[in-house]
Amino acid sequence: MSQQRSKTASRWIIPALLLSALALTACGDSGPQLVQGSVLNRGNGAEPESLDMHKAVSTEANDVQRDLGEGLLGFTPNGELRAAAAERWTVSDDGREYTFWLRQEAHWSNGDPVIAEDFVYSFRRLVDPATAAIYVKSVADVENAAEIVAGDKEIAALGVEAVNQYELKIRLDHSVPYFLSLLTHPSTFPVHRGSVELHGTAHARAGNHISNGAYVLRDWLVGSHIELTRNEHYWNNSETAIDRVMHYVTPEPMAELNRFRAGELDTTRTIPPESFVQMKEERPEEVRTSPSLAVYYYGFNMTKPKFANNPKLRQALSMAVDRDTIAYEVMGRGETPAYGWVPDGTANYDPRRFSYADLSSTERNQTAQQFFREAGFGEDNPLTIELRYNTSNTHQRIAESVQAMWQEVLGVETTLINEEFQVLLANIEAKEEIEVFRLNWSGDYNDAHTFLSVLQSDNPSNLTGYKSADYDSLMDRAAGQTDPGMRKAFLEEAEEEMLSDHPLIPIYFYVNRSMVSRRVEGWGDNVLNYHYSQHLRLAAEE
Amino acid sequence: MVHAAPGGPFDSERRLPPAIEENIKEAYHLDESLPKQFYRYMRGVVRGDLGPSYRYRDFTVSELIGDAIPVTMRIGLLAILLALIVGISAGVAAALRKNTLLDRLVTGIAMIGISVPVFVLAPLMVLIFAVTLKWLPASFAGSSGADRLFLPVVALALPQVAYIARLTRASLIDVMNSDYVRTARAQGLKTSSIVRYHALKPAMLPLVSYLGPTFAAVLTGSVVIEQVFGIPGVGRFLVTAATNRDFTLVLGITIFYSAMIISLNLVVDLLYAFLDPRIRKR
Repeated sequence: MSQQRSKTASRWIIPALLLSALALTACGDSGPQLVQGSVLNRGNGAEPESLDMHKAVSTEANDVQRDLGEGLLGFTPNGELRAAAAERWTVSDDGREYTFWLRQEAHWSNGDPVIAEDFVYSFRRLVDPATAAIYVKSVADVENAAEIVAGDKEIAALGVEAVNQYELKIRLDHSVPYFLSLLTHPSTFPVHRGSVELHGTAHARAGNHISNGAYVLRDWLVGSHIELTRNEHYWNNSETAIDRVMHYVTPEPMAELNRFRAGELDTTRTIPPESFVQMKEERPEEVRTSPSLAVYYYGFNMTKPKFANNPKLRQALSMAVDRDTIAYEVMGRGETPAYGWVPDGTANYDPRRFSYADLSSTERNQTAQQFFREAGFGEDNPLTIELRYNTSNTHQRIAESVQAMWQEVLGVETTLINEEFQVLLANIEAKEEIEVFRLNWSGDYNDAHTFLSVLQSDNPSNLTGYKSADYDSLMDRAAGQTDPGMRKAFLEEAEEEMLSDHPLIPIYFYVNRSMVSRRVEGWGDNVLNYHYSQHLRLAAEE
Repeated sequence: MVHAAPGGPFDSERRLPPAIEENIKEAYHLDESLPKQFYRYMRGVVRGDLGPSYRYRDFTVSELIGDAIPVTMRIGLLAILLALIVGISAGVAAALRKNTLLDRLVTGIAMIGISVPVFVLAPLMVLIFAVTLKWLPASFAGSSGADRLFLPVVALALPQVAYIARLTRASLIDVMNSDYVRTARAQGLKTSSIVRYHALKPAMLPLVSYLGPTFAAVLTGSVVIEQVFGIPGVGRFLVTAATNRDFTLVLGITIFYSAMIISLNLVVDLLYAFLDPRIRKR
């Protein structure tokens, strides 16, 4: 009997396996459901951490939010400010009071009108300590915002007020010339009060989310895609060309590019460095680049006596880095050498450059050697440095180049240490063993302030530990200016002051790189790399 | 232990003002003492609540893992099944025609399958079948049909096919040389019936003990596959949660995998008893 059973069992092994495989293949497919109309497939990079306007921080999340929501202002495809939820506004003479008139025809995706109270509620939620929002800095200059975040004042004390249904007043602590551009950031977009109160932390999920922008959230499958469909209640819906937008999660640039090449994506978030040249040759009209408001730099630990008390050493090390070689040869994908801190393309600003930027490399190296000797180093007193960067091929290649340059020009012995990003950050923060570290800074808004404020003594993101009373005072004077020309002059002077102190070594300015299919029209290259889906159109299929 | 890793879930090169940092810590109870956090967490786990994800702030850990398991399981099981079907067939064929051209071919291909890492194999398959030939979708989301399963499953199965083929071959050759098979031959049974009724089952024993850990490996080792094909499975959490310092997700995934490995080992032990009567009697 037992013999009989086992015979049957072994005979059926392979067919049984085959059958179960078939069953598994066929069972419950949960792929994106097809909807009639035009579809734009966007590669969106890493998974957005949240679509809650007050919790998201990454560019990936913000890009989806710009399709879903709408702030008081927005950007044109070319990166110029435009009216959005507000149809017009005025600014008081002292630059501290803004009055916005909302569009009466603006509606939420459930048909509710978008009113001034919605903005008051949302700004208050943003600064509410219980929300624990990360991106509070977009409203940091609004009256009482800092005190409310710290729990020292009532939420109702926030300087945002609904005068009537469609008139909104915002009061600032002091004049902030770039305030309007802050209002394009998703953290200042309104959230729908009813939905937030009903669903709490889950209000930003498909089925619960109510939006006031060109699209509504239809589906969100973590790790796969976020699906948006046209918001029929959007005030400018007649101008929206594309019915459905898929934001695919594409954390691996190479996999993303392959999906683009297979025709599954219309746009990509980036182009993998190793394929840039190939793509430029094979599909030149689909490679889109634009300068980016971001700088790659090496910072000195300015709390370490070795660097703090030795400006000449810092200058020598900075001068010995051949930025042209790094930008054009080591990187070679559109990056530009950074001889200053604020990138080209920053609005209303003329970026400053190191005084030695135009010297030939021989002259520069000679000066570097001279400073190095004056700093007390040389063959009899050799210098060793630890350079830390987070693990990545690109960072390693740059670090190796700099190591070679320092060795060749100054005879400096550099130890390269790569660390996981969170470990590197913890070490930088601790300011103990860290000497020189790699980081980058990208602008939050198109104004020099987003770069220059980082180096103010009291800025938490000032990771070098640079403290200069002169610099702080110039920045304060710029902040107090209502005249744009004077403010620009102070900011430029501040940058020059900082550059001459060499608390960091700017290395190159980033470039935005994307593949954009030929069928996508209306893609404007802009420094902020914002590409609202509502501005894009799809060419008729060939 | 998770907390001992440097850095926190909300750290980036943009440092937060202290007031904001405090608010966040309070909201996620990170300001409490470790024993208190542990108690809070364990109390949740007992109730099946693995806490909120620090990184994916709109979801709880249970939701994230719950949504991802079916996808991973489906692809993992398919890959194992494919590996078994192809691997066993190839292994049997090679064993019965030992030292012929067919045998060499199978062992040769198996060797390649074992030595080519999946992070080379998977993108290569995408390049050939999706980008160049355009026969199959390059990603899981690139199609809604069953064709989107093909490349990931094959990429995941290939190394296992190779192992299984080699194991089956070696083990079957052993069994075919054993006394009772010789007796069966002497009784005039055909080779095909000997394999089917007498040799295959005992030859499966080493394979079964190999399958237990393989199951776990296929399900965890699918990290690369998930990245390459954009599959919303569990594997990628294993890596990203750790680098994001998403403490709750790390713990949740660990609990999930431990539970899975323990139950797989149990299944393997039971299968042993089924395949080998000697174990049952003991």
